[in-house]
Amino acid sequence: MLEIQNISKTFNAGTVNEKQALKGLNLTLEDGDFVTVIGGNGAGKSTLLNAIAGVWLVDEGKIIIDGKDVTKLPEYKRAKFLGRVFQDPMNGTAATMGIEENLALALRRGHKRTLKQGIAGSERKLYRDILANLNLGLENRLTSKVGLLSGGQRQALTLLMATLEKPKLLLLDEHTAALDPKTAAKVLETTERVVNQDHLTTLMITHNMRDAINIGNRLIMMSDGQIIYDVSGEAKRKLKVEDLLKKFAEASGEEFANDRMMLAK
Amino acid sequence: MNFIGDLGSLFNALPGAAAQGLVWGIMAIGVYITYRILDVADLTVDGSFCTGGAVCIMIMLNNQNVWIAMFCGMLAGMAAGFFTGILHTFMGIPAILSGILTQLGLYSVNLKIMGKANQAINANKFDLLISLRFIKNVPLYKNTIFIVAVITVVLIGILYWFFGTELGCSLRATGCNGKMARAQGINTDLNRVLGLMISNGLVAFSGALLVQYQGFSDVNMGRGAIVIGLAAVIIGEAVFGRIFHNFGMRLLGVSLGSIIYYLVLQIVIWRKFDPDLLKLLSAVVVAVFLAVPTWKSRYSARVLRFLVRIGVKGGMN
Ligand SMILES: Nc1ncnc2c1ncn2[C@@H]1O[C@H](COP(=O)(O)OP(=O)(O)OP(=O)(O)O)[C@@H](O)[C@H]1O
Ligand SMILES: [Mg+2]
Repeated sequence: MLEIQNISKTFNAGTVNEKQALKGLNLTLEDGDFVTVIGGNGAGKSTLLNAIAGVWLVDEGKIIIDGKDVTKLPEYKRAKFLGRVFQDPMNGTAATMGIEENLALALRRGHKRTLKQGIAGSERKLYRDILANLNLGLENRLTSKVGLLSGGQRQALTLLMATLEKPKLLLLDEHTAALDPKTAAKVLETTERVVNQDHLTTLMITHNMRDAINIGNRLIMMSDGQIIYDVSGEAKRKLKVEDLLKKFAEASGEEFANDRMMLAK
Repeated sequence: MNFIGDLGSLFNALPGAAAQGLVWGIMAIGVYITYRILDVADLTVDGSFCTGGAVCIMIMLNNQNVWIAMFCGMLAGMAAGFFTGILHTFMGIPAILSGILTQLGLYSVNLKIMGKANQAINANKFDLLISLRFIKNVPLYKNTIFIVAVITVVLIGILYWFFGTELGCSLRATGCNGKMARAQGINTDLNRVLGLMISNGLVAFSGALLVQYQGFSDVNMGRGAIVIGLAAVIIGEAVFGRIFHNFGMRLLGVSLGSIIYYLVLQIVIWRKFDPDLLKLLSAVVVAVFLAVPTWKSRYSARVLRFLVRIGVKGGMN
């Protein structure tokens, strides 16, 4: 489903702020893989997702989604293959537009936007149904502006928008990190439900090691722009948080004491 | 002083002010599209307003139909918006600077179009759609206020339809949240260019109406247009914001805001306010209104209430 060959990305090349965020990274995802991604701050996790999404072009390497080479495609063209949810709940929705308008925008991802009406009347039933599944009471607020929703509601809505038009690959960048624990759990539960239901190939960045172990069929750990640990299947199921901490200390050659991950343990 | 007669002169001037407000209101709707929907402050308008007028007047002076002349004026404005859009997206220049560059370039273009700094057109010799002479003592279908009002309503209708389409919705999403828009497969660069073209097309169309109304075009006629447009948008929102929620009604509010602006202007002139200071006054009023959202968030409601109370007390002492 996804094939990443030897990609590199350097920010601010040739300045004092030069930073090589991806260093010849390789990754192949099978159809239906649900991969959790962990790693310290600045390890390059978000950069990896941004590279796949085409926020900017990579310096080297190749990105192939579902057999199609997208390395040179601009972000808006790649969107056809991708569903994305960001860390900041503000980023995934249009605040000044209504809930149904946001969903209608998402339903047309990958299709040409014409002079037909922005929302066909028949779509509303679909929206009401999928919103009802969220159990957030949004199904009766179709025309409410998204700006009025809470962070958790917005994140849940963004998740729906990312999967409404079934993506080849779902990219989740710490999409529960900005939420309170209860809401985060709910959004995560919804995530698992949607992913399992549609058999979506998924990359999910998280700082919560428990979640990283419990969710999905594969786990990768990143450090310094590379994947340093890749475990799946039975081996992943047997994994313990302590193992991951040890692994991390080994790879980075430093203690893990004051990283955010520790708190999330 | 003959106060009654004086008041009479004000009332005589009001229909003309209203007509002018309507004409400029179309420009203000163009400003609304960039400023409120696309979320860019586009300074192209100061140039494209005149471009629309200049193209229209020159084509009319060549004995072409007034509608063709206005249409060409509008196309010229769209071309101006296109250039700003290319500077902004393809060349990566900040929106404000892109608008300023186009505006500066248009000054020369406008001079070349007109051949000199201004051109006059005589309502007796040419078949104008509107004119300041067609305000009183003409049948309704020739009445300038009526005609511009109808045009405004039709334009609002078209814009209302367009911003409800798939393409129009994607344009609104572009202005609201570019990151989200791209994630949903929307070509935000293309939409920015498109929005600037629509906006400047309206602005130029408004300019094409104004040269007919006043009977001449002038290379400086668009100077400060952006401020007038913003003033109209702000007045419209301040006065009608609470009752007009529907998008079409909001555009109508902008047009009404422009009319209010010109009526107030007329009163200010009537009170013998130094006209040289008018632009300064407009700039100050717009600046204060633009600052209100920042002030509101920076100082809590309580502080504002406190200030108001002090102000009230001070006033009573
Ligand atoms: N657009 C950018 N411009 C410059 N530097 C960047 C940019 N994006 C990322 N970086 C740098 O690349 C490195 C990797 O950043 P990235 O955001 O991928 O880390 P991360 O693994 O997601 O960390 P976190 O857990 O803090 O989110 C960091 O040093 C960061 O400063
Ligand atoms: Mg990150």
